[in-house]
Amino acid sequence: MTDKRSGVQRLIVPVGLVLPLIAFILVTFVIPLGSMVIQSVHDPEVAEVLPNTLNLLSEWDGTSVPSEEVFESMAQELVLSRESRTTGKVATRVNRIASGTRSVFGKTARRLERIETTELRSAMIDIDDRWKDVELWIAIREAGREYTVKHYLHAVDLERELDGGIHPVSEDQRIYNTLYLRTLFVSLAVTFFCFLIGYPIAYAIANVSDSMAKILLLIVLIPFWTSLLVRTTSWLVLLQNQGVVNDILVWLGLVNDSDRLALIHNMTGTLVAMTHVLLPFMILPLYAVMRAIPTDYMKAAASLGANPAQSFVRVYFPQSLPGISAGCLLVFILSLGYYITPALVGGTKGQLISNMIAYHIQSSLNWGLAAAISVILLTGVFICYFIFDKWVGVDKLRLS
Amino acid sequence: MKSKYLYKTSIALAMAVVWTTGTSAEETLTVVSFGGSYAKACVDGYHKSFEEETGIKIKLEDYNGGLAQVRAQVDAGAVHWDVLDTESAPLMIGCDEGVFEEVSDLELPPAPDGTPAADDFFDGMLFDCGVGTLVYATVMVYNSENVDGEPPSTVKDFFDLEKFPGRRGMRRSPSGNLAWALMADGVPSDRIYEELSTEKGLQRAFRKLDTIKEHVIWWETGAQAPQLLADGEVFMTTAWNGRIFNAQVLENQPFVIIWDGHIRDYGALAIVAGAPNLENAKKFLQHATSTRGMVGVANHISYAPVRHSGLPLVGKHATTGVDMKPHMPTFPANSKNFLWYDIEFWTDREDELIERFNSWLSR
Repeated sequence: MTDKRSGVQRLIVPVGLVLPLIAFILVTFVIPLGSMVIQSVHDPEVAEVLPNTLNLLSEWDGTSVPSEEVFESMAQELVLSRESRTTGKVATRVNRIASGTRSVFGKTARRLERIETTELRSAMIDIDDRWKDVELWIAIREAGREYTVKHYLHAVDLERELDGGIHPVSEDQRIYNTLYLRTLFVSLAVTFFCFLIGYPIAYAIANVSDSMAKILLLIVLIPFWTSLLVRTTSWLVLLQNQGVVNDILVWLGLVNDSDRLALIHNMTGTLVAMTHVLLPFMILPLYAVMRAIPTDYMKAAASLGANPAQSFVRVYFPQSLPGISAGCLLVFILSLGYYITPALVGGTKGQLISNMIAYHIQSSLNWGLAAAISVILLTGVFICYFIFDKWVGVDKLRLS
Repeated sequence: MKSKYLYKTSIALAMAVVWTTGTSAEETLTVVSFGGSYAKACVDGYHKSFEEETGIKIKLEDYNGGLAQVRAQVDAGAVHWDVLDTESAPLMIGCDEGVFEEVSDLELPPAPDGTPAADDFFDGMLFDCGVGTLVYATVMVYNSENVDGEPPSTVKDFFDLEKFPGRRGMRRSPSGNLAWALMADGVPSDRIYEELSTEKGLQRAFRKLDTIKEHVIWWETGAQAPQLLADGEVFMTTAWNGRIFNAQVLENQPFVIIWDGHIRDYGALAIVAGAPNLENAKKFLQHATSTRGMVGVANHISYAPVRHSGLPLVGKHATTGVDMKPHMPTFPANSKNFLWYDIEFWTDREDELIERFNSWLSR
């Protein structure tokens, strides 16, 4: 009896301990992520509001103005949509395909209620002559597809032409591919600089006396506890044209007052501010790993005749690799999603892909597109992770 | 025994919680606004008098604008916001998307002289899903400390780097900037949107922006613009007039607003679809959009009433005693040449133009 009970208990305890975590991850991560992936390909709103019209449009030739029958059904469903207050949902979605057509729907739906005619085709064209545009009807048909890859096409600067072929969008409309590349570049550069600055600091903290290490760690951590906006704004004060750094350079006579250095509102500003913000994420894992490296190994290397540089490169550095991996991976993945800092200090080049995700979530309410961009970004993160795994090996990753 | 007692108490407590939240819902109202000095102006302007007169307790929450939170609440069927302080574009898009209650049949109080609300409100300030509350302006500003000779006074001057060298601050968004580019290029205000609706006009606007692109610092949040100007980072900047008023009056900054060609937009109150306190929310809208409510706000911050009866009643700033009228966008001397933000144009074209603008920026 006791044995059996303890067997069950043995199972209950660990499961019970991780249950809150599993529930938490399910609610805050898996479910939202899943619904996001679904939203990026599934948009049933138009199909729900205009079922009959879409049905009729599936047999339409796509070149001439649709028949009276199609107009009739459209009119009926528009009037119905006004009652259920869904006209706007259709309008928004069609507008995303054929920009500038949003107002057609609301206007027509409003006026149709007052019209007493059976000649709906000419009546609707009278209300708004855009109803004669074949493009508008193609856009309606396109928006009516419940499952679609249009958000993914849009998210990589492609579009489906009227003839059904897929082409790049016109040059002055291209933006997303540039932003993915810029985000990748900024993340790699920030990771590199964090490593460059963080490694010596972590080494120092790991090799000084305990009381000194505490002070140094505190110096690393204090900025970490300060609000992100405060830190970013401080960089503005330091780096701007009339800022502290430029003032000192002018005072020292290194720079003329008339041509002060542009240190902010450009890529330099982005890299400086982001490196500073993310530095603790590099230093902490490095420090944890370095503290565990026994000093005896270096002494042994020296006793075997290695000079300090050799013993560092061949003995110390390889042992700190797990910390480097952990730090770089953390910083890199965090910078992929950063956008407030670059937006504030980065000038024209400060727009990263996350800014567009935020815009489509907050303002345009195009959650499908936002989801598609996020999925692409997430895929990018996974690819980076696999490259990292092949190259360094995730099993080498260690936090202490 | 002890555990049984605990069990009973906790049930009683839970019931008490359910009961109190259930009844107090009758007398409260959740109002969501932008926070900061604006929310404070609203509290002093009309929240307090509303609470006193109706006995309904207002719970004030802050948000950063946009529709994401409202839509999430409505989609999930868990609405806990009642009234939302919002701007023109979200109001329109949100109304289309069905996240706001329709309020077009809500009866609004007349002007103090008895003029019916329909005549007292500015044209187009009564919406299907909201009621206009204030007018704010996006303006051009300079710091008088940096000007030696003749100061800039027009939109053209903003784009004239020879006459007025120095960097410019502009919001990283296409909306005002495209219109100003055309104005500076000689298009009269009443033909701006006609011009922007054509591909040729758009190209013309971007070409004009090209001429100053290298000298622009793009700002993102409202607080950045006055900061850039105060730090001497830019010679001139575009900014929201409320922010500049704060800098001028509360921080004594020597800023000067160029009212020529300013762009006007409105703020509005809307009720979230499925609001838990719908009736209270309606009462609140009636109270807040009365002449008295609008004037109350205008006496704290430089946002103008959208009722004709409002401006003459605007008085002195509540704490500094500054005369508020000359700071109102609708003050006659400020209203010689301006442009309304064209909500239909922008809801139709914004997504496309934002992408195009960002693409232009990164080239």
